[in-house]
Amino acid sequence: MNDVLQIIVKRLGLGLITLLVISIIIFGAVELLPGDLAQAILGQAATEETVAAMREELGLDRPAPVRYFAWLKGAVVGDFGNSLASGIPVTELIGPRFKNTLFLAVYAAIIAVPIAIMLGVLAALYRNSVFDRVANVLTLTSISSPEFFLGYILVLFLAVKNSLFPAISSLSDDMSLADKLHRVFLPALTLVLVVVAHMMRMTRAAIINLLASPYIEMARLKGTPQRKVITHHALPNAWAPVINVVALNLAYLITGVVLVEVVFVYPGIGQLLVDSVTKRDFPVVQACCLVFAATYILLNLAADVGSILTNPRLRHPK
Amino acid sequence: MSPFIVGYYALLIGATCVAAYFKNRTAFLLLFSLMLASFVVGLVGGERALWTITVVAALIAAAAGIAFTFREFLTISLKGEAQKAIKSAPLTATFGLFMIMIYIIAAVFAPIIAPFGEAEVVGSSFAPADEVMLLGGDQLGRDMFSRLVYGARNTVGIALLTTCLAFLMGTTLGLLAAVKGGWFDQILARSVDVLMSIPTLVFSLLLLSIFGTNTSTLVIVIAIIYVPPVFRLARAVAGNIVVMDYIEAARLRGEHSWHLIVREILPNASAPLIAEFGLRFCFVFLLISGLSFLGLGLQPPTADWGSMVKENATLISFGEVTPLIPAGAIALLTVSINFVVDWMLYRSSGLKT
Amino acid sequence: MTREKDVLLKVRDLRIEAFADDKWFEIVHGVDMTLHRGEVLGLIGESGAGKSTIGLAAMGFARDGCRISGGSVEFDGIELTTSPRADLRALRGARIAYVAQSAAASFNPSHKLIDQHTEAPVHYRIKKRLESQEDAMELYAKLRLPNPEEIGFRYPHQVSGGQLQRAMTAMAMSCRPDLIIFDEPTTALDVTTQIEVLASIRDIVDQFNTAAIYITHDLAVVAQMADTIKVLLRGDEVEESDTRTMLDSPKEDYTKSLWAVRSFERAQKPLPAKDEVPVVSVKDVDAAYDGVNKILYDVSFDIYAGRTVAVVGESGSGKSTTARVITGLLPQMKGEVAFKGEVLPPRYQDRTKDQLRQAQMIYQMADTALNPKSRICDLIGRPAAFYGDLKGTELKKRVDELLDLIELEPKKYYFRYPSELSGGQKQRIGIARALAADPTFIVCDEVTSALDQLVAEGILRLLDNLQKELDLAYMFITHDLATVRSIADHVVVMKQGRVVEQGPKDEMFTPPHDPYTDLLLSSVPEMDPDWLTTLLEERGVDNVGEAAHKHM
Repeated sequence: MNDVLQIIVKRLGLGLITLLVISIIIFGAVELLPGDLAQAILGQAATEETVAAMREELGLDRPAPVRYFAWLKGAVVGDFGNSLASGIPVTELIGPRFKNTLFLAVYAAIIAVPIAIMLGVLAALYRNSVFDRVANVLTLTSISSPEFFLGYILVLFLAVKNSLFPAISSLSDDMSLADKLHRVFLPALTLVLVVVAHMMRMTRAAIINLLASPYIEMARLKGTPQRKVITHHALPNAWAPVINVVALNLAYLITGVVLVEVVFVYPGIGQLLVDSVTKRDFPVVQACCLVFAATYILLNLAADVGSILTNPRLRHPK
Repeated sequence: MSPFIVGYYALLIGATCVAAYFKNRTAFLLLFSLMLASFVVGLVGGERALWTITVVAALIAAAAGIAFTFREFLTISLKGEAQKAIKSAPLTATFGLFMIMIYIIAAVFAPIIAPFGEAEVVGSSFAPADEVMLLGGDQLGRDMFSRLVYGARNTVGIALLTTCLAFLMGTTLGLLAAVKGGWFDQILARSVDVLMSIPTLVFSLLLLSIFGTNTSTLVIVIAIIYVPPVFRLARAVAGNIVVMDYIEAARLRGEHSWHLIVREILPNASAPLIAEFGLRFCFVFLLISGLSFLGLGLQPPTADWGSMVKENATLISFGEVTPLIPAGAIALLTVSINFVVDWMLYRSSGLKT
Repeated sequence: MTREKDVLLKVRDLRIEAFADDKWFEIVHGVDMTLHRGEVLGLIGESGAGKSTIGLAAMGFARDGCRISGGSVEFDGIELTTSPRADLRALRGARIAYVAQSAAASFNPSHKLIDQHTEAPVHYRIKKRLESQEDAMELYAKLRLPNPEEIGFRYPHQVSGGQLQRAMTAMAMSCRPDLIIFDEPTTALDVTTQIEVLASIRDIVDQFNTAAIYITHDLAVVAQMADTIKVLLRGDEVEESDTRTMLDSPKEDYTKSLWAVRSFERAQKPLPAKDEVPVVSVKDVDAAYDGVNKILYDVSFDIYAGRTVAVVGESGSGKSTTARVITGLLPQMKGEVAFKGEVLPPRYQDRTKDQLRQAQMIYQMADTALNPKSRICDLIGRPAAFYGDLKGTELKKRVDELLDLIELEPKKYYFRYPSELSGGQKQRIGIARALAADPTFIVCDEVTSALDQLVAEGILRLLDNLQKELDLAYMFITHDLATVRSIADHVVVMKQGRVVEQGPKDEMFTPPHDPYTDLLLSSVPEMDPDWLTTLLEERGVDNVGEAAHKHM
């Protein structure tokens, strides 16, 4: 068991280092601004004095490493400074929106994961059948379509032509859960369509790979019935690849929300990021990027740890 | 019960029976599941939903027809290996090839095909479609059709340029890393791991917010963002080749890395790299379109599909399909490329075994 | 001798097709097979002969992408090709069992050995779980696995390759089937391990009077195991007869070529003069891939001009690693490699072009040694152009000359790709590429082990002629003693990174020796069908294989 623990601790450490490097990149990128932050905010027309005053206010007179550590220290306790555009603390801006984004992502994931895995396993078991081929074409189409295309098609058919769901998914705190689920259905469905396609294809590939193992053939040659080959011989070894597929796609989902949120005017962190980029509100952009990157790294980490934990070779060391 | 519904189900049931009679399992299963789906959708959505299904089915049939004719055409006009390959190609692949050809023609001959200039104001804003403006006007009264054609040139051209740049850098570094190995490889591989843990869309938003959004920064930023995945693939592909004995023989001969890459590795790595190029192009294309849709990509008045969707998005709430047309143009191209790449990958994996 | 009643398996005109390039191709063209109860049939042939496919078809099974397209397979009166799936399944494991080539891959990594063992008997209600477990332990003991009571409760990756292969044989025996298909069960094993597995398989098949189909490409192995031998070539039967007749008087030319005992045996050359400077001299070399865990310890030997040194040992003995140190691919940690008395820089990158030119290499697998996208003229021409600065007609002349040297007609082969050549021809191109550099020393890494006997012999003769003509020094890495006998002057035996023993060929083949040399030399199967029996009588069952290693 010690071995596994050691590997996991190592992997977690690596994830932490990655996150640190990412934070340096995100912070450093803003340092690359032509001129500097103060100049960028005030524009070319600003006088020397106002720029100098702005610099002072933003603390730009301190050297970059000092400012980085101050920023990092803040980030760890959830303090990203104030928004340049509105003056509101960044955390206050991000907090509720992050919750909304998470709600949308979890909503989509709960629908997508079981469907995708089921369809993927079926496609693998009945590969080259009609079902598999139709699924192949449909998933390819879905993957290749931009999210806003799928989103607008759904709006056109399910909101405008048939008023089944609202086209704009604004949320407020006093809504009941059922209300919220109804409001957020279209963006969630858009995400589901894309993610299911990705996940299903990956699951199919992973399972086909697994079914080609010599030990599956051996099980068949031992006279094991098909059902038992799947449950007893394939499934115990399928965990690692499937966990990997799910985590990777959840990571994809987290970024896929940006476009979907804009299409449905959903008050999430993706929408906030896009707005802040347009307004060049750097503290907010930095914070949003860090949040996205951290989630992404976390999910990849979860995938790795999951596959380590389910690897029989590591679970039962020599 | 309208005659349409009666006719619809009669045709479907008849076709299913015919399929069953001729023991064509594939056709039967398809038709039968379509029938079941029609019952459900028809009950929920009524006659309109059935019309939609009919239109979609007709579109698919038309696409299949085009694909089939195009395949026959290619089979006749090609010779040797290529002919053999095309003959066994699935319809999806030939459909993809056909569509890619159409896009290339549109992009190359845009000024000839388009009736108006890309920034030319022709009619009133959101003018409905007529003989002059085949697809109507956009929010400023420019011709949608002309802008669509020019969009092929702008959006596709820029995506292509970006992908080429990313590929040039990514494969060069990836192959070098595989050949050199050691710390050079380690450092590159580690940094790529780190860079790839920032989602591409988020990363490009960050960089674009800093460097601004003109076309050249857009191309460079996105090319750089796509270097890591290309690097990773090139390195993996080359990694499988570098362990071959013929590479060892060339090394022991004292050959320069450049000779190893160009003469020994590249000829053996071209198939997966070409497939990867197609896939990467799709990603780049989707990313640029996405950015344009967010208002951060190509800037007006350049005709570009992503921004055209954004500019006309309000029309969707009036039940107009106008904004869906440029979006569909994007989807159609990426789908087509994916179909072709899928076939190429299938072929290369099938030939191996 | 009619034993019609005893017939267990009757295969008639079996045809099998494989799917490739969107078409079905016939890969087995009508094979007949008759197997009586308790009889062992050896199926032999090169890769691509269709041995495994036929073996699986005897269970009514076809892999994905294959199908039985004609003929009949009758097992104990049941026609397998037309039986419903459920009936077929009920036979598999219970009455026909299968032992795969790679035991490591064929055991499910998620389950303990004994759980996989009891699966079939419990499923068929032949035995209760506990009964079957006890039976497993008995079988393990019979197959001479260490700790038979305990070993079954381990996971596959916790057990060594030779032991896994025996555990798989035990698993095949779990329902006491009438027929077992052994598909190259010892191919992946070392010679000293192989002998133990062979002995236990033969034993247990005898004890339970089980019929078996033994598939292999190794003639010497099949001679020990089979009562009857059937020779296959590209999906066709060449001939069949009982083992002794087959070995003594094969009828078909192809079989004769397989059986041809190496007629080529070169006498050992005179020992080099005392003061002669060796072409290559390896002195006290230690090496490690990661700089810490050594895999070579104090390796020393000399190679003289015009002489051949054969380095023999099992996998992991360090023989290929030694070659990598000499060529500079793996810089040594300690010791030195000298070339004609001059110490070479450890890394090949630091060696001069001339030093690189003088030492060349020929590889085992010609398929991976030749760039599939290069034409023959480029493959051979590149080193000639690179070292000799030849261009245009001069280069063409040199390539023609080299093709002549390796006995391939220049006009015919000049523009071909490697994929358009046979295995032996590819290996010749590999030799020509080495010669193109005009070397004085060539490393030959298992150059004949992927080839048929006759082709291999041709290659050996060619190498010998070239040695005479060009005064080349060879380092031959091999595990095949016949090759050693035929071409070596000096033999180096390696085990776990150390040189166990070395000396002139004539001495090395006359005992007594170091116990490991003895074990290694005696473990290599010979074509004589009594070899295994005699050996086991001489050495005793506890003095072969892993058991023998423990005594050392």
